[in-house]
Amino acid sequence: MPAIALDRLRREFGSLAAVEGLSLDIGEGEFFGLLGPNGAGKTTTLLMLTTLLRPTSGTALVGGFDIVTQPLHVRRSIGIVFQDPSSDDTLTGYENLKLHGMLYHMEPGLRERRISEVLELVDLTDRKDGIVKHYSGGMRRRLELARGLMHRPRVLFLDEPTLGLDPQSREHIWDYVERLVEAEGITVVLTTHYMEEADRLCDRIAIVDHGRIVALDTPAELKTVLGGDVITVRAAAPGLDAVRALGIAERIERQDGAVAITVRDARTALQPVLHAIGPVESVEVRPATLEDVFMHYTGREMRDVSAEGGWAQRSMRLRSGTR
Amino acid sequence: MGTALDAAALRNEIGGIAAIWYREWKVFLREKSRIVASIVNPILWLVVFGGGLGRNVTVPGTSYQAFIFPGILAQAALFSSVFFGVYIVWDRKIDFLKEVLVAPISRTSVFLGKVAGGATDSVVQSLILLVLGAILGAAGILPGLSITPASFGAALLILALAISGLVSVGLIVGAMMDSPEGFQLVSSFLLFPAFFLSGALFPIDRLPAWLTPFVLADPLTYSVDALRHAILGTAHFPLALDIGVLGVFLAAMVWLGSRAFDRMRI
Repeated sequence: MPAIALDRLRREFGSLAAVEGLSLDIGEGEFFGLLGPNGAGKTTTLLMLTTLLRPTSGTALVGGFDIVTQPLHVRRSIGIVFQDPSSDDTLTGYENLKLHGMLYHMEPGLRERRISEVLELVDLTDRKDGIVKHYSGGMRRRLELARGLMHRPRVLFLDEPTLGLDPQSREHIWDYVERLVEAEGITVVLTTHYMEEADRLCDRIAIVDHGRIVALDTPAELKTVLGGDVITVRAAAPGLDAVRALGIAERIERQDGAVAITVRDARTALQPVLHAIGPVESVEVRPATLEDVFMHYTGREMRDVSAEGGWAQRSMRLRSGTR
Repeated sequence: MGTALDAAALRNEIGGIAAIWYREWKVFLREKSRIVASIVNPILWLVVFGGGLGRNVTVPGTSYQAFIFPGILAQAALFSSVFFGVYIVWDRKIDFLKEVLVAPISRTSVFLGKVAGGATDSVVQSLILLVLGAILGAAGILPGLSITPASFGAALLILALAISGLVSVGLIVGAMMDSPEGFQLVSSFLLFPAFFLSGALFPIDRLPAWLTPFVLADPLTYSVDALRHAILGTAHFPLALDIGVLGVFLAAMVWLGSRAFDRMRI
């Protein structure tokens, strides 16, 4: 039985269909990535799968329970780390976890054991009695991750869990998650703007755009669609017909002012491509990434479309600035 | 929602209510300044307003300051209770509410936990005001006010009943509001009319007749009246009527509140 099974899951807001009938199976123990530009329907899908939003039609089974007719059972078997902080910042870290344990019906003895366990896991044991207001962003995320894991969910939903964190904190969080997935065999559904994270962590990735799945495969398979390397050229009048005539370009795409030419191997293809294209202003050669795959399917770059809030925008700008 | 409520499920729901109460209690304890602030205003009303105006106003049976004491108790309960409820808008804004709404307990239990939490806050505040009232009465600062252990206990029970209904009203408003900007509207269009029409500051039979329907529709009227029974021994309506109205009011608000929470979007 799949851990999650979407069956023509659909949600409309007024006349707009945010999610257009998704059908999809996610296996037990799978690390699954949900990628897409903002407004693609990722968050709406996640809200439906976590029973916070009712589908307009269709349904889904999570842990074998129906999200529409058995929401309490679904909620008992899932853990969630939300995109925005959802811990109570007037309480201490410990109190947040105790509250969580109470909400999930844990006996006091078990609750205390689990609290110590997860605090240890995310390295917050010595800060557990500090008020969350005084935590750093990374500490707060780690607390929320600990909380999401405390009741041993079968399925863990991570909605942009590392957005806005520094690289070191991101690295930490992924270490914890990977350790857990290995130890507990839980199923993880992840949404993220960080392509390299998705590439590294996910067994399979669905690229969602306009409420539909436009691509669904392992990261490696998704990348082979694009071949091996991407040559990005800026030129006033690129001789694209000549490049096409060479027969070595797997794909030619215009990207805001530049041209991205995908080839199997840039080491042998670069010379003939440049010769064919004529005078250029700049050339960049790199292996194809998931970002290229994303762009290929959605026609947009991840960082250009991620400007939802100031926070996200800022962190993405920082990121693109450091490349 | 769909499943039958067996003993285990019921125990889970009660645990969930306790969890939410636990959170509210912790928050309450941490915001001591709010408790102090909520006491200062009623004291000003009692001592300054009551003392100043009381010289020229006569009310049947007692001094003006003793007369408004039950009214000010009810007013303090009204403001703190309704504002507590409306505050869930803030919970939603900081996204804390998501953590609660995604937990395996019903929305009705979330609502009841919030009512219990808010009612505890307001009852503690009432308790402090009653103690202060007893002291100020004994010291002669509020002449004519004498609070016995029996009237103290009765007043607290009446307040607990009234407060539970008022917290529910606040939660219903909060569940329907989208942003904290509506706070001001709530106090202008809900709290102040309820306060002025309740007879907290004057006997309600002194109001013009055309206002009578509004007075009778105001749940605070019956809270004030029941508190006068408990503290002063005389009032406008029979005590049984006051208690009956407050009971029906609470039941109706709990029913409406559960529905409002069920429909609440995040």
